Amino acid sequence: MPKTVKLMQGSEACTAGALAAGLRFYAGYPITPSTEVAELCSEELPKIGGTFVQMEDEIGSIAAIIGASLTGKKAMTATSGPGFSLMQECIGYASLCEIPIVIINAQRMGPSTGMPTSPAQGDVMQARWGTHGDHAIIVLAPGNVRECFELTIRAFDLAEKYRVPVIVLTDEVISHMREKVELPDPRDVKPLRRAMPKAPAGYKPYAADPNGGVPLMAPFGSGYRWHCTGLFHEESGAPSGKAEVADALVRRLDAKITNNVDDICECAEESTKDCEVLVVAFGSSAMSALSAVRRARKEGIKAGLLRPKTLWPFPEKAFKAAAAKAKTIVVPEMNLGQLALEVERIAGCNSQVVRVGKVNGELFRPEEVYAAITGAK
Amino acid sequence: MAEFLSYFRQDRLPHIWCPGCGHGTVTGALVRAIDRLGLDKNKVCIVSGIGCSSRAVGYLDFDTLHTAHGRALAFATGIKLARPDLKVIVMTGDGDCTAIGGNHFIHAARRNIGITTIVMNNEIYGMTSGQYSPMTPKGMFGTTAPYGTVERSFDLCELAKASGATFVGRATTYHVPLLIDLIEKALQNDGFSVVESVGQCPTYLGRKNKIGDAVPLLNWIKDKAVNVKAAAVMPKEQLEGKFLIGELHNQPAPEYSAEYGELIQRVQRTFENVKGGLWECASNSD
Repeated sequence: MPKTVKLMQGSEACTAGALAAGLRFYAGYPITPSTEVAELCSEELPKIGGTFVQMEDEIGSIAAIIGASLTGKKAMTATSGPGFSLMQECIGYASLCEIPIVIINAQRMGPSTGMPTSPAQGDVMQARWGTHGDHAIIVLAPGNVRECFELTIRAFDLAEKYRVPVIVLTDEVISHMREKVELPDPRDVKPLRRAMPKAPAGYKPYAADPNGGVPLMAPFGSGYRWHCTGLFHEESGAPSGKAEVADALVRRLDAKITNNVDDICECAEESTKDCEVLVVAFGSSAMSALSAVRRARKEGIKAGLLRPKTLWPFPEKAFKAAAAKAKTIVVPEMNLGQLALEVERIAGCNSQVVRVGKVNGELFRPEEVYAAITGAK
Repeated sequence: MAEFLSYFRQDRLPHIWCPGCGHGTVTGALVRAIDRLGLDKNKVCIVSGIGCSSRAVGYLDFDTLHTAHGRALAFATGIKLARPDLKVIVMTGDGDCTAIGGNHFIHAARRNIGITTIVMNNEIYGMTSGQYSPMTPKGMFGTTAPYGTVERSFDLCELAKASGATFVGRATTYHVPLLIDLIEKALQNDGFSVVESVGQCPTYLGRKNKIGDAVPLLNWIKDKAVNVKAAAVMPKEQLEGKFLIGELHNQPAPEYSAEYGELIQRVQRTFENVKGGLWECASNSD
């Protein structure tokens, strides 16, 4: 089958990516601006023998996809701010129990009901720290419709590889925007398959290298008869209140991510080699930032753009390289400075970090970012 | 007795429950019902929420899932829909099922999904040490009802029936043969089944309400239970303050995961030769 060229919406591209990655189970609850994903899944999944269910709320939705994933199915849900908040407890469950799931969060203006049809980027920290306790998580941020397709596939691969919940953080604009997308030949998409244990005898569901190893996951209903609990647990799966068990578990879960940042992190960069003003932006803000950086370059300003496609873990190495010569770092984001906190942490005293927050429910105009670049210079 | 031990993860015993607790009786009744039906251990999945009762699954030798508070039925819905061939059982308590999990309970019943729900109702939050629950009878004491609760309690079986459950029964930890029979029948129903087991929490309900330890508390429960057949010929005033036990509702209806399976077949017949849409992206079947 040849490549196909299509005019696609971001949500549609996320769904296509999920299906290409092997999605077989979707549970969700309607919420703007993510509902298109649910609608498309309800239409497409039965055609390939998959299952769609509309649950009674977002808590039920994430619980159902965790249950489905435990049987070996690739499972996903999609939501937005208020629903994402409701999912937080079970994100922690999936993180602790190491159950691969994918959550698409199309960000909208908040807090609360806010402005449901307006874009925002206020969930940067919620995506990282929304559930309680130290936990392993990966957050990806597509910057255009094509990336909605690619990064949703990647989200499934990372979820399976590291047995973590992976959040695809879009926003109202990325999810609703239509662009020309060239989809690869389906045969060229090679999604990762879950690593399975060999035999039930002696199976320990959480046996893994303490230094960030990923245990092998047996699907429920395949004869392994193992116990999965949200309590801290030993390698056997048995609940434990022992200090040393808790310590080792939390550290291993953290190390799964921190020891593998090079494998997980991805960025897009423009003119960063010699930049004196570095713009760090993601998602729809990065579209305006790119245009501003190009204009600045034309006018002789050494500006560059670093666009993290992996928000968490933050691509620290790529950032440090891009910021090496930068006196100033401009961080335009549709919140009052969430990604900027991470940028400030890493930049330390080496560069001045300029926060450019926008919280009126509108996209950045390129000239706003341009003004910040020239103002900084 | 020995033959039932094979249903337990013996290395995880003894259990955490207090002396005199009723939860072990219900767990024992469940494995006896499973044994009677000769279910394949590899095809049974038992899911629970949070609370004393929900710790039962950790001792049972099946695929077991100890989930988040109130969410057992939602997790179980995912499992049953993803693997309709599995026998999915939920073990839950009164707080887990009727307070924080009330909405999932109503909707699982409405869908008539093939899940057997065992509600271990001890009329109190035991794990958090004795707060009143939606099943605590009006006027009784708990650590958050120091003057007696003025809240009315649920009739869970009526709620299940009204919400669409196709098999509903109630027993107590005193009426164990009935409890085993009801669980056995519930497991044979394809759709959503509920068995409520009223049981004793001597540590919190019994002590806080000065009823006493396990034996007087069991007698107190027994005295309130009236078999549904006996109740049919009793005057209404004699049923005041009592609850019904026995098979309360049995009305089979098409099961949800089977209905969805038929939908899949229908859709696949229709779209067999259709190309386009997102369909092409989905060729990475597992």
